[in-house]
Amino acid sequence: MTAASDLASSYDLVIVGGGPAGLAAAALAARAGVSTVLFDENPGVGGQIYRAITSTPVKDRAILGEDYWDGAALAADAKASGALIVNGATVWSLDREKIVGVSVGGKARMIAAKRVIIATGSQERPFPIPGWTLPGVMTAGGAQTALKAQGLVTQGRTVMAGSGPLLWLLAAQTLRAGGKIDAILDTTPRRNWAMAMFHLPDFMLSPYFAKGLSLLREVRAKVPVHRADTIEAVGKDKLTEVVFANGSVERRLPADLLLLHQGVVPNVNLANAAGVAHTWNDRQLCFVPVLDADFGSSVPGIAVAGDGAGIAGGTAAAERGRIAAIAAVRALRPEATLPDTQAIRQKLQREEMGRAFLDWLNRPADAFRRPEGETLACRCEEVTAKQVRDTARMGCEGPNQMKAFLRCGMGPCQGRLCGLTVTELIAAERGTSPEQVGYYRLRPPVKPITLAELASLPISEAERKAVER
Amino acid sequence: MFKRLADAGSAVAITVDGKPVAARAGDTVAAALIAAGIDHCRTTPVTGAPRAPYCLMGVCFECLVTVDGVGSRQGCLVPVREGMKVETQLGRREAGR
Repeated sequence: MTAASDLASSYDLVIVGGGPAGLAAAALAARAGVSTVLFDENPGVGGQIYRAITSTPVKDRAILGEDYWDGAALAADAKASGALIVNGATVWSLDREKIVGVSVGGKARMIAAKRVIIATGSQERPFPIPGWTLPGVMTAGGAQTALKAQGLVTQGRTVMAGSGPLLWLLAAQTLRAGGKIDAILDTTPRRNWAMAMFHLPDFMLSPYFAKGLSLLREVRAKVPVHRADTIEAVGKDKLTEVVFANGSVERRLPADLLLLHQGVVPNVNLANAAGVAHTWNDRQLCFVPVLDADFGSSVPGIAVAGDGAGIAGGTAAAERGRIAAIAAVRALRPEATLPDTQAIRQKLQREEMGRAFLDWLNRPADAFRRPEGETLACRCEEVTAKQVRDTARMGCEGPNQMKAFLRCGMGPCQGRLCGLTVTELIAAERGTSPEQVGYYRLRPPVKPITLAELASLPISEAERKAVER
Repeated sequence: MFKRLADAGSAVAITVDGKPVAARAGDTVAAALIAAGIDHCRTTPVTGAPRAPYCLMGVCFECLVTVDGVGSRQGCLVPVREGMKVETQLGRREAGR
């Protein structure tokens, strides 16, 4: 285990996040002779898609599927490359000078980087429905994490709800592992086909087409699937039933566990706090960083690779990581021999081919993104959709002003679970666009650190003298 | 809500609010809590509503617990260790302390 005291005070390249983008970038840069450190906050590398790839207790390879096991080669390659990989390392700060604030084992360090690649990936899109804070309601990604990392599989009365490839993948993996699913509530709006069908030919050429069809077939053969345009989680101190409707027909399902998912969105907190410019992507309904062809951001020397650059999936993330790493190596060690960038760009293009179809088809319905009434928009500070809407109507123009009125986004999750909802609610009430409304201005620390961790930062004699008179 | 597949890791003894819980090697604190069937791990500071782990990937901060005396740790990011003392956090009721 690497401790904070083992870290150098500077590295040529600091990579944040050990998923496919971070691992591929680290391997390429280290092999090109660049001093590289990769920080990842989880106990092991893999990110979310290859979660626990080096330690999973799920030994039957058929359960998680061959796509999962592809991550083992990426992890092994990064480890063998000579890059320093530090797990249990939380990056809580990054600024325009490329100083990285990181905590490892309760000790903090400020590390100078010549180049930074942010590979913090994606998170699940908020799914604000009535009762979504009740114990017994979790994200599908959470259940998948528990399966991959701890071999935990659902039991009891289980309902999955939402849209998007991950929901169906988790359903298939759960069934293969002997878990139970009582019902799947499909929230994909039928009218999405009108836009999606234009992109069907491209999708049919992508590797996801055959995989997607076989997953749907596998799951539908074993689990009843209902269409739903409203969903409510009901219970007093924990979930007891799921109420859903399709048109005017309401149904109630007794349930112990409800797993929600409506796609993933970039995890913007670190990039936003570092001052990286973002823009609204209307197809993916989220903010994405503004990037050049090498994934370089608006802040010189800081790149954003992987799904954090806009959602494209795990295999595309690795190619993006390689492209960002090549740009970093070119800047740091122009004499280094590098792989053929053109071949990598072509692979990336192939991986991204089916994305437009998936994005348009799985675009969540307005009702599941812009809640109403007493449904909580901000889970941490328990701010309702009605409060946000009323305050926007009163004249509040943006999410940062909304914080001052309602405290939404000021709890421990720092807007991760309400940011998009608050932006979209303000835009809807004020008749403007999410791009115009903008997002929370995030500031470091982007992850909580203790005062003891801050106090553990080493200080030089000169720094001490600068404040002691 | 969840059961373990047969090939889970070796036993790791932790306590949750003083009661023994059998975790496994490879568990995070949050995974050990859900595997043990604990319904909630904290209450909210605003209304005192119960909350349980939600995303398990470091994003939602619902699994905040006290680990070996340090409050508000993200349970889903902390691996269990033999003898670890986990305490649930009662948000609202602790506010005036």
